[in-house]
Amino acid sequence: MKKNKVLVQDLITYAVVFLLWGLVGILEATGQMTSLLRGLLVPLCIYAILAVSLNLTVGILGELSLGHAGFMCVGAFVGAFFTKCMENTIPSVGVRFFLALLLGALVAGIFGILIGIPVLRLKGDYLAIVTLAFGEIIKNLINVMYVGRDSSGFHFSIKDTTSLGMDETGVVLIKGAQGITGTPRAATFTIGMLLLLLTLFIVLNLMHSRTGRAIMAIRDNRIAAESIGIHVTKYKLMAFSISAALAGVAGVMYAHSLSTLAATSNNFGYNKSITILVFVVLGGLGNIRGSMIAAVILTALPELLRGLNDYRMLIYAIVLIAMMLFNSSPKAIELRSVVMEKIKGKKSAAKEAA
Amino acid sequence: MAMLEVKNLSISFGGLKAVDNFSVTIDKGQLYGLIGPNGAGKTTVFNLLTGVYKPDSGSIVLDGLNITGKKTIEINQDGIARTFQNIRLFKELSVLDNVKVGLHNHHSYSTIEGILRLPRYFKVEKEMNEKAMELLKVFDLDQEFDYKASNLPYGKQRKLEIARALATEPKLLLLDEPAAGMNPNETAELMETIRFVRDNFDMTILLIEHDMKLVSGICERLTVLNFGQVLTQGETTKVLNDKRVITAYLGE
Repeated sequence: MKKNKVLVQDLITYAVVFLLWGLVGILEATGQMTSLLRGLLVPLCIYAILAVSLNLTVGILGELSLGHAGFMCVGAFVGAFFTKCMENTIPSVGVRFFLALLLGALVAGIFGILIGIPVLRLKGDYLAIVTLAFGEIIKNLINVMYVGRDSSGFHFSIKDTTSLGMDETGVVLIKGAQGITGTPRAATFTIGMLLLLLTLFIVLNLMHSRTGRAIMAIRDNRIAAESIGIHVTKYKLMAFSISAALAGVAGVMYAHSLSTLAATSNNFGYNKSITILVFVVLGGLGNIRGSMIAAVILTALPELLRGLNDYRMLIYAIVLIAMMLFNSSPKAIELRSVVMEKIKGKKSAAKEAA
Repeated sequence: MAMLEVKNLSISFGGLKAVDNFSVTIDKGQLYGLIGPNGAGKTTVFNLLTGVYKPDSGSIVLDGLNITGKKTIEINQDGIARTFQNIRLFKELSVLDNVKVGLHNHHSYSTIEGILRLPRYFKVEKEMNEKAMELLKVFDLDQEFDYKASNLPYGKQRKLEIARALATEPKLLLLDEPAAGMNPNETAELMETIRFVRDNFDMTILLIEHDMKLVSGICERLTVLNFGQVLTQGETTKVLNDKRVITAYLGE
């Protein structure tokens, strides 16, 4: 009985994704797709993946992380670097992109474990501060990193391109604050949607498995979880690193949607981490579908309202407040359940009549 | 045969000797009570037994296995499960899931199997559901299996905590004030449940309790703690009529 309820909820979540996919398809087919909208499609997927993956840390594990953009940054640079390096070895852009996704996820996941080991000993605000610092450190490190390659191999410097000391065959791959240029823009809406579905599949199935139960048990009461034999550190690390790896996937997507990838604070700064956190909090902690929808609405809205100029941010703020009320206010929740009951009542009445 | 043998257990916090030279032997299948006035160190003894605190000195032997100084998780796997004075349920999880977390170490599949939903996932989950429902039925919680744990009434939350502890298949069950906050009817029902658990699960039970009706009703032997030291121990009726015990509780 209960299994079915969970299954239905999961199916609704997947259905929302397909609905969005279908909507875009219809817009495309009827020629309604403006270039503004088209430019939004890939970011929508990226932010939805980021929101869902951060919800794993914040909502399911219950630890406040402000460094999600840091993991995204790791994924983005690893992915872009890989694509650049393998330009001649693997000619197919698609294959390279696919491998870059795997590698980006892997490295971001490893970073998740490395950061998680010391950081997950902390709680609450302290954890938030350290993860915030991590995001900034990663960004700044990449900003001073110069990597080049010539006939004798890789060269590395943290000063400038000349100190790389390459011969005439040398190519600069990562150029400090200018980042990586010339990554193929391989990220398409279709790939984004598939990756979003994959992310949902991983997170939702994890949640409803033995592992997910252990993670949520730790969130609800660490001492009790320990007392019944749950390995707290292991499951915390697992949730944190899976979340980081998925952020890495979003990062690789991001890197392949731009021709120039630079670690500016606009791209990977703490503002980005906060934005993702806003999606998660507004969509509802632990509510995967909610955070995905919040990400889509709040990413699309400011762009779609561009025509309104000055009123843009005003409307954005109102929508924020409205969503907050809709999701969290006890009165709104009550109203929602009443409406749901009515719909259900009508349905069953209709069934009886039939 | 002794299920639990504790010898000369001591711990101090700063200058305070919270538990001083505590010894107790509990036989297999016994219902043993640990009583004493507030602040006597009863819960500290539980925390020592379950590895929350490491003892300064002394030894704890469970069913022939020395568990002194082990971690909470290891001690649980060796066979001690407990409930808490202030209920510690997994509030956001369903009643069923609370028990299933307790089954975690006895029914297992890997994380990958869980994510990919391999056949083993379905098989083990089915086993877990059946086992958990069985346990819930014992505690008359099977009707509420899909309630959120925090939505259960107080008495049922206490029962759920015991069910969750039993799911870990312990040899020794520690109950920290199971009747706290219950009305006389609920307490009477709880006494029945505790007896039932002892008889049907072959359990050895050590409980802390202030409710003397419950203590005299079900405990076979008692240890009285006062200021961290054992005041007296022995058969329930004898201990409860001991002058020193009455003085410790009521004063001169």
